[in-house]
Amino acid sequence: MPTSADRRPSPEELLRRVQAEERRARRGRLKVFLGYASRVGKSFRMLDEGRRRKERGEDVIVASIQMPLTPDLEALMGHLEYIPPLRESYSGKEFEVLNVAAIFRRHPRVCLVDELAYDNPPGSRNPKRWQDVDNILDQGISVITAVNLQHIEEQQDAVERITGKRARQTVPERFLRSADEIVLVDAALDDMMQRAGSREPVDVRRLSELRELALLLAADVIDAQLVNYLRSNGVELRWGTQERILVCVTPRSDACAMLRSGRRNADRFHGTLLVCYVRQTDLNTKDEATVAANLALAAELEAEVHVLEGRDPIAAIMRLAREQRVTQIFVGHSRPNRWQEMWWGSPVDRLIQDARDIDVRIFPHPEMP
Amino acid sequence: MSDAVEALPSGESSPRPRGRLKIFLGYAAGVGKTYQMLDEAQELKRKGVDVVIGYFEPHGRQDTIAKTQGLEVIPRKTIDYRGSTFEEMDVEAILRRKPAVCLVDEFAHSNVPGCGRPKRWEDVQTLLDNGIDVFTTLNVQHLESLNDEVRHITGVRVRETVPDWVVDAADEVVLVDLTAEALQNRLQRGVVYTPDKAKRAMENFFTEANLTALREMALRHTAHEVEGRLSDLPIPARGRAPIARPGPEAPARHERILICLTGRPSTAVLIRRGKRVADYLHAECLAVHVQRGSLEEHNEALEKHLSFARNLHIDTYVLRGADVARTIAEFAREQNITQIFMGRAGSGRWFSVVKSTVHRVVRLAREREITVVAERLR
Repeated sequence: MPTSADRRPSPEELLRRVQAEERRARRGRLKVFLGYASRVGKSFRMLDEGRRRKERGEDVIVASIQMPLTPDLEALMGHLEYIPPLRESYSGKEFEVLNVAAIFRRHPRVCLVDELAYDNPPGSRNPKRWQDVDNILDQGISVITAVNLQHIEEQQDAVERITGKRARQTVPERFLRSADEIVLVDAALDDMMQRAGSREPVDVRRLSELRELALLLAADVIDAQLVNYLRSNGVELRWGTQERILVCVTPRSDACAMLRSGRRNADRFHGTLLVCYVRQTDLNTKDEATVAANLALAAELEAEVHVLEGRDPIAAIMRLAREQRVTQIFVGHSRPNRWQEMWWGSPVDRLIQDARDIDVRIFPHPEMP
Repeated sequence: MSDAVEALPSGESSPRPRGRLKIFLGYAAGVGKTYQMLDEAQELKRKGVDVVIGYFEPHGRQDTIAKTQGLEVIPRKTIDYRGSTFEEMDVEAILRRKPAVCLVDEFAHSNVPGCGRPKRWEDVQTLLDNGIDVFTTLNVQHLESLNDEVRHITGVRVRETVPDWVVDAADEVVLVDLTAEALQNRLQRGVVYTPDKAKRAMENFFTEANLTALREMALRHTAHEVEGRLSDLPIPARGRAPIARPGPEAPARHERILICLTGRPSTAVLIRRGKRVADYLHAECLAVHVQRGSLEEHNEALEKHLSFARNLHIDTYVLRGADVARTIAEFAREQNITQIFMGRAGSGRWFSVVKSTVHRVVRLAREREITVVAERLR
């Protein structure tokens, strides 16, 4: 459970960042074309970019391309130098392994690598092609590559829910996220159906779901880049690109309905659910149990839980909300009683007053008439 | 697209089915929307489809201009307005020409007064109504629902907007993606604008932060459009779980959202926000204004907001009641509203009135969710 204090970088963390930056400066740049299915046109975009860069004077080679070539890909290949992968057999299966040694000797500025998700046969330099690419980048050679959403390791559960299948050959998402640039290759469903022709039936729903997943993955990767950029340039951006919902849990509000609504809303917006609780010291056993149950539910709902300290709970909540680019705060009405009824509103009232740039959604209390 | 083309009746008089709309969505000038649209049009032409250019904005971009080679262009019409001559798409000439597919650049464009329809997207509706398929280009910042977010991020209030329902009704929305870095390179190479204009653009709107944020919005919005079309698709035989995460979730209840309108300037923000939340929650959206005086009393600002809400396909109601908060709470109960959207108390003249209304509604409608919408200022 992260708390505010945990987010301050330690000296070790700062050193690690500096070293990472130095390594990055020496490394080649990685650009990934992400597609949602085969035939969306990733390889074409990759080769076309290679051709344009070559025309602008960059030293570009192709290190792998999926065969057989379609006529348009063949035309593009005509413009480009090719270092074909090595053909290897292993227990009766044919493999194509990047010719890393030849690429190092040739040392181009840019290297194009099709099919990033590819398992090399045992005994290769690396078990996976993306690791070969990592080595190439370390040599200061930039790589432009193409991969399908179905081959991202962390997306396998979602992909299986959609297609009923998991990919055998995968690339870890962190490698995708380490890319300097990621481009989504989109294609309309009409066009996908035409490209498939009568060869195979197209499951439009399946394609749509994969497409949505790919778009959202690309959006998440870009959001992380945006946050990084803003942090390193000291720019403050409070909200805008995605919905981030913060549910405030107290011992006396009905957090269950609010948490579930928060989850549902975050899912509908493909946003993020955060939950916060400002620690109180004077709780009785019953209230403590309520808080524990609420936080357990929050964790079950895969919320990002923040336990805050502070004598001024509203100020603590607002600090977190601003820091976390929250767009909506969910709070509950307190359990009503006569004394509170008279003074009702003061915490919620203050929250509304202070959260001028954030929506505040007030939830009813279930015991209320 | 080809299905509609093949179904084209030969007889002059037989009505054609409504045309199909395909939108090439981008996040800024120069990402390649028009280029991709023209590229696909060339492909259609090679296949023998009757495709014409209804409106094309060359912006002096050589690669793009080259892509128009061989495509028939319907000449624009000229309109004189306040001593100047303007050019607009000639809808009537396109209707007479009756192509199968018509390319219309810059979907969000506002026509010069005296042109007939105020907006180009309305011109496009006419083409579609007459059975012509339309390809068009649009940047995400021109979507009505994102107007405040875009202003917050970029500092620019986009004036030319398209209501979301128009985009939602498109048959296809395709994202034209390019990294912010590549776009900035294009600007630097002078591909998008002339050098001095490019320099100014990169110092203002086309900063890396702005472009990255807009790009993320374009990706998310395309995902939203794809998801919206999923409900029209047949459910697969094998019960497949929806894309949302697994795990405990309360059954989705039927949401009804009520937006409380006033004459305050920030009401436009409130309307856009309420409608956007309603769209994402697949909720119905209503708007109400309670007038304390007589109903005939004319209030220009309010009228503007009511008509803005109606343009976004929100049902609007004007009620009369001495006690505004109570009237809203009662209306919400009658209408089975689940969530009430209200503007926040501002300062100055509105402060006391709105503040007390918000707080009294919060108290009087305690059994409903109430959202106090942020002032989306920069």
